[in-house]
Amino acid sequence: MTRLPITKTPKVYVGGAFIRSEGGRVLPVYDPTDKERLLGNVPLCTRKDLRNAVEAAAAAGPGWAKRTAYNRGQILYRLAEMLESRSDELAANLAQQSAADPAREVAAAVERLVYYAGWSDKFAQVLGNTNPVSGPYFNFTLPEPIGVVGVLAETGAPPLLGLVSQIAPIIVSGNTVVAFASEAAPLTAVLLGEMLAVSDLPGGVVNLLTGRRADLLPTFATHQALRAVDAAGVADAEHRTLALGAADSVKRLKTRAAGAVDWFAPNAQGVEEIADFTEYKTIWHPVGA
Amino acid sequence: MDGMPSLSVRRQIDEVGAVDKVGVEARVTVFTTRSIKKNAKLWGLKTAVSMVDLTTLEGQDTAGKIAQLCAKALTPHPPDPAVPSVAAVCVYPALVAEAKRHVAGSPVKVASVATAFPSGQAPLRTRLGEVRAAVADGADEIDMVINRNAFLSGRLGEVRDEIAAVLEACGESRLKALLETGELVGYDQIRAASFLAMRAGLRPGDFIKTSTGKTNNNANLANTQVMLEAIRDYYLETGIAIGMKPAGGIRTAKLALHFLVAVKETLGDAWLNNTRYRFGASALLNDLLRQIEKERTGMYQAGYMFSEATSGY
Repeated sequence: MTRLPITKTPKVYVGGAFIRSEGGRVLPVYDPTDKERLLGNVPLCTRKDLRNAVEAAAAAGPGWAKRTAYNRGQILYRLAEMLESRSDELAANLAQQSAADPAREVAAAVERLVYYAGWSDKFAQVLGNTNPVSGPYFNFTLPEPIGVVGVLAETGAPPLLGLVSQIAPIIVSGNTVVAFASEAAPLTAVLLGEMLAVSDLPGGVVNLLTGRRADLLPTFATHQALRAVDAAGVADAEHRTLALGAADSVKRLKTRAAGAVDWFAPNAQGVEEIADFTEYKTIWHPVGA
Repeated sequence: MDGMPSLSVRRQIDEVGAVDKVGVEARVTVFTTRSIKKNAKLWGLKTAVSMVDLTTLEGQDTAGKIAQLCAKALTPHPPDPAVPSVAAVCVYPALVAEAKRHVAGSPVKVASVATAFPSGQAPLRTRLGEVRAAVADGADEIDMVINRNAFLSGRLGEVRDEIAAVLEACGESRLKALLETGELVGYDQIRAASFLAMRAGLRPGDFIKTSTGKTNNNANLANTQVMLEAIRDYYLETGIAIGMKPAGGIRTAKLALHFLVAVKETLGDAWLNNTRYRFGASALLNDLLRQIEKERTGMYQAGYMFSEATSGY
């Protein structure tokens, strides 16, 4: 007996729920090798979706930051487990969107998550310090999360590895993220959302949006509640918009030019990536004279 | 309490007409579909600011907190002088004199919840004494809770007489009769209680109000709509224009605009000002300011750029 296949409606993961875009519009995604073949209609997210996602991320922030570093590491490791167990499905998803080396990319993404899971209770020792001061004080410096961080994934990057490499170092320190997926391969972000949902990550810590980058980039730049933006694959004109908006709303901006990062390379990961989205707090503690 | 209205309440419902539950709920959903953008939105937001009864009703209220509340009420958004002051500050009777000291000489009124707020379960003499004390201290407006004990037990005459007595104790001050809709079971009883309050002798410019904000069951579009329609029917019957104050649970600017749409489409423009419509709220004001600032700058604003809400609801 032939059976009509049940196709999945691609929805984005925002605030712990799978939603359509606020306006109800969609963006068709076609097979890059066969422009006639529709792979799916992903939500065409608008700036209102971004606004709602930021609200969700801001609400989730304090609870996430208050968890112990050890617990955040466990949850990131759990996310790696979720990716590992569905690696075939991820590889097929990537292959469909013409990723260069799907199996290798999934393996690298899993390893990247494990790498940052390991850093969770160690980066504070490396980035923090005890400072010698001239007085009866114990003086020390600690890195703390800065809040809600916007992420723009690189359009031409490996869609899974690029996104994971940007998100993991941001959330490991207790920040929350609103990420815009690669415009060329948004279906991977849709699938990644399903794994985030079952990874013990509290709803709202990672929020994923799909749609047109040009629609959302200016709002990422100017939204005041975003305390930083990590934008990859940035063209010159985009850089100007981001820089002006970031200055206006006083946020930290990290940009990477298109093709500047080899996401597979060992130097695409590091404790510096965590440091970029932390703020240092220095404490003067009196010691008994 | 089995939820069935008593015989006398049922008689009252028969007389003033029952409410079509499905009809009301379908009606209010369309209020949320109106597209209000740009200038209309800005007008709506600023009008809503001017209608806020900025409220703090906590055991931990102090003179300092009242001073902060009044400063916020007088100048809600210092960077933008086009943002009006709010309609009133709403405080407990013991803090009326303190609040009056700060807002005297300004258009901002002092409202006080008297009559053993929020339960109303005190002897009438005590409740009237509270009203007189608040008025003597300078309260321009009194928010009274109706006697739900008497209403639910069917002693409607008692409820009416008490409202009349409080009205007398108010003197020149405006009265807002608070029904606590969450404790009245069903829309029929809300309508019946609305009529009972209005007929007890409310003067033009007096208000009926949904709830205390102290229960989980706050103002929503549906129970407010039932009361708006009661106000409309009473106005058509008698020519007396009663005001409306939804209170509790209205925390976002978007929801406030939906409430204004309901007023506009039920009672018309004559009710779209703070002499006939109020929001009992505290957190709402910050969200209104946040959206006004967003319209002005074109940038989404962070909640923490605005002062924290003054109380829990």
